[in-house]
Amino acid sequence: MSMFDGFKFRSVFSPIHKMDPRAKFFYVCVLFAVTVMFNQLIPLFILFLIQIPFVVIASVEREWLRSMKGSALFAIIIFVMNLLSLHFYGGYPSFAAILERSLTMTVRFIVLVESFSVFFLTTSPDMLGLALEQSRVPYELCFAFTTAVRFVPVLADEAQTIMDAQKARGLELEGGNFIKRIKNYIPILIPLIVNAIRRSLELAETMESRAWGANKKRTNLYVLKARRKDYCLILISILILVVSIYISTYVRIPSLIEFLPAQ
Amino acid sequence: MIKVEDLYFTYPNGVEALRGVSLEIKNGEFVAIMGQNGAGKTTLVKHINGLLRPTMGRVLVDDVDTTKVSVATLARKVGFVFQNADHQLFCETVEEEISFALRNFGYEQKTVNERVDWALNLLDLTEYRKVSPFMLSGGERKRVALASVLAWDPKIVILDEPTIGQDSQQKERLRQFITQLNRQAKTVIIVTHDIEFVAECQPRVVLMAGGEIVGKGEAKNILTDRELVKEASVVLPEIARVFLGLEDLGFPRDVIDVYEAGRILLGRFGGSS
Amino acid sequence: MQIVEAQSLTYTYPIGTKPAFEDVTIEIEKGEFVLLTGPSGCGKTTLCRCLNGLIPHFYLGKLEGKITVAGLEVAERPIHELAQHVGLVFQNPENQLFALSVEKDVAFGLENLGVQREEIRERVDWALKTTGIYDLKDRAPYELSGGQQQRVAIASVLAMQPEIIVLDEPTSFLDPVGARQIFEVINGLNKNLGITIVLVEHRLDLTTKYANRVIVMEKGRIVLDGNPRKVFSSEEAWLIGVGLPKATRLYQLLKERGVRLKHVPLSAEEVCAAVTEVLTA
Repeated sequence: MSMFDGFKFRSVFSPIHKMDPRAKFFYVCVLFAVTVMFNQLIPLFILFLIQIPFVVIASVEREWLRSMKGSALFAIIIFVMNLLSLHFYGGYPSFAAILERSLTMTVRFIVLVESFSVFFLTTSPDMLGLALEQSRVPYELCFAFTTAVRFVPVLADEAQTIMDAQKARGLELEGGNFIKRIKNYIPILIPLIVNAIRRSLELAETMESRAWGANKKRTNLYVLKARRKDYCLILISILILVVSIYISTYVRIPSLIEFLPAQ
Repeated sequence: MIKVEDLYFTYPNGVEALRGVSLEIKNGEFVAIMGQNGAGKTTLVKHINGLLRPTMGRVLVDDVDTTKVSVATLARKVGFVFQNADHQLFCETVEEEISFALRNFGYEQKTVNERVDWALNLLDLTEYRKVSPFMLSGGERKRVALASVLAWDPKIVILDEPTIGQDSQQKERLRQFITQLNRQAKTVIIVTHDIEFVAECQPRVVLMAGGEIVGKGEAKNILTDRELVKEASVVLPEIARVFLGLEDLGFPRDVIDVYEAGRILLGRFGGSS
Repeated sequence: MQIVEAQSLTYTYPIGTKPAFEDVTIEIEKGEFVLLTGPSGCGKTTLCRCLNGLIPHFYLGKLEGKITVAGLEVAERPIHELAQHVGLVFQNPENQLFALSVEKDVAFGLENLGVQREEIRERVDWALKTTGIYDLKDRAPYELSGGQQQRVAIASVLAMQPEIIVLDEPTSFLDPVGARQIFEVINGLNKNLGITIVLVEHRLDLTTKYANRVIVMEKGRIVLDGNPRKVFSSEEAWLIGVGLPKATRLYQLLKERGVRLKHVPLSAEEVCAAVTEVLTA
């Protein structure tokens, strides 16, 4: 199972799953803004901890851990790169300061991954598409989005079948130098693309046959209704935003180094 | 000679597709693997050319364990024609398409040219040599895919659902073609749920259900066995249903071919009309 | 009432050098179950697409002659208007489902038409129940079998309550058991709801018993049109190479040798009945 599984929707009946995606998205955006606002380790770490209850309530611990594990590699890269660049160019007073700064950047990244992961794990593509529609995004785009999501597993299967078919004609996909490897993927890509085009033609026929474009005003079987829980979340988000703006502007946040014994 | 010994296979997503399958296919045989969609037919044949490796048990092709060699090596002996020709076609001309596998196997240019000529001729595609496969009709594309697999003259030919979307004339041509391949001592294995086609060709039938083989034998015996047919969720051939209804009048039960049926009925009518 | 009226209809694809079909003249009455068959390339698939306006509006090309469906002249009306009277079900079930749940797919056409939510709900539930897939309504298309997917496609078309439904080889990708289920559903729509059916098929042994009329095309022209028993027992049908039901072929074999069964059988059961009758007489 890959890192991407940490972002794939998991169908579970949790209170968070049922919440309006627009409210959840607002929360994620606020979190994004707040994360960027702070350059100190302590508030970022607090933000990291705030999310955990959400993960637990949504019962998506396993998948969430997977996204964390998957992003570990990137986190390490960010940490090391920061460490190196600050050491050579930063002009920071001490090694401890460099360490703290690198850690801060890393935690910021992790908090972002964390919040987006929870969002995607608890929001079905359906709901996302619906949220887009109701947010006045043009219907064609919403349709393109949900259709794309619907066909991802189909195309993945087809890619596998095509690979099998070409392997059965003696195509070797492993081995050989870099250029040869790329060339070897042409017999896979071309059928994939041609079939995708054929498929979209058939889809278009079906859409036309079901009165696509009949009415400028489309109606909808489902409708998203924001409820108390969702307004609560929005309120909390606004609160977090306001408090964060206040703190980052007026309050001096100590850096961790100050807690170390005198050098 | 293909030997499948107590084969078990489970897909990565946890689905147990094959449960203890054992089978022997001799050189030059014509075998039909039948059953409902999901019975494990395609999973089984994909082990013969190494596309899938056994979870337990083993598969031997001419005494070579399929897990010990690569798919490309096995492919020299085992030609596999996939259900959808469009999963294979990618070249600019039919000629290039047919030479693709030959080049992969390292044949020299002279041999490639000879074999391409041969394959084009075999499948009536010579007039389309320089045509793009994407410009051809569905039936023609299927023939190109078939030609590109037969080009390297594999001993064993596997056809996955070759009759889907074909009209009866195309099926008749396919039937004759398979007979031709058998005459050339090739082993032909088809995976199909087309009962009527099998009733016309009368291959040896291997009937599968739920990942297991539930029946093996002559087409006329397997396809007229009512309990077996029910267990595998397939249907009786039309002619078998005729004789099912005529049981009480003393007619034989194991008839699936329409011409044989005609002869038998005429025999009876001759006596009473 | 004629639900389909075509006169001297000829159509050539934009990149075609010769017509896909020519001089097609047919009349289909409301409530008929028409089986349309013929060898590959005979023009039957193209003719289907003429019935709901995909030809000429989507495929362009040259359409000569006149065709009216449900009182609307196809060349003059947009596809979305015709789609409310003519439903079209295609060969590949996978490419007819694009929503993430069965319900949403079935509702798609109605949403396009701007129908009110309560009515969409009612019609969707009705269509799902009529095709026997109500319990699948929350499932994703990827999880369904081919037969189930095809029933969703039929339900999606049914929800728009068309007067005529055209199906182009709907069971090509299904196994015989799945195919039978689909034919049962289609037959139900015809016999219970009075919907006119035009079914394009090669699998004549499974479908003949439902149809009251067979049209055979060859090389772009209609060559046979009539009662299934007459059409299939004719010499011509055999020569064209149409996949006759084996029961009918048996009838022909017996007839060639002077044994004539009372009626032309279309199914195994009918052969049994006829043979039994003769032998116990």
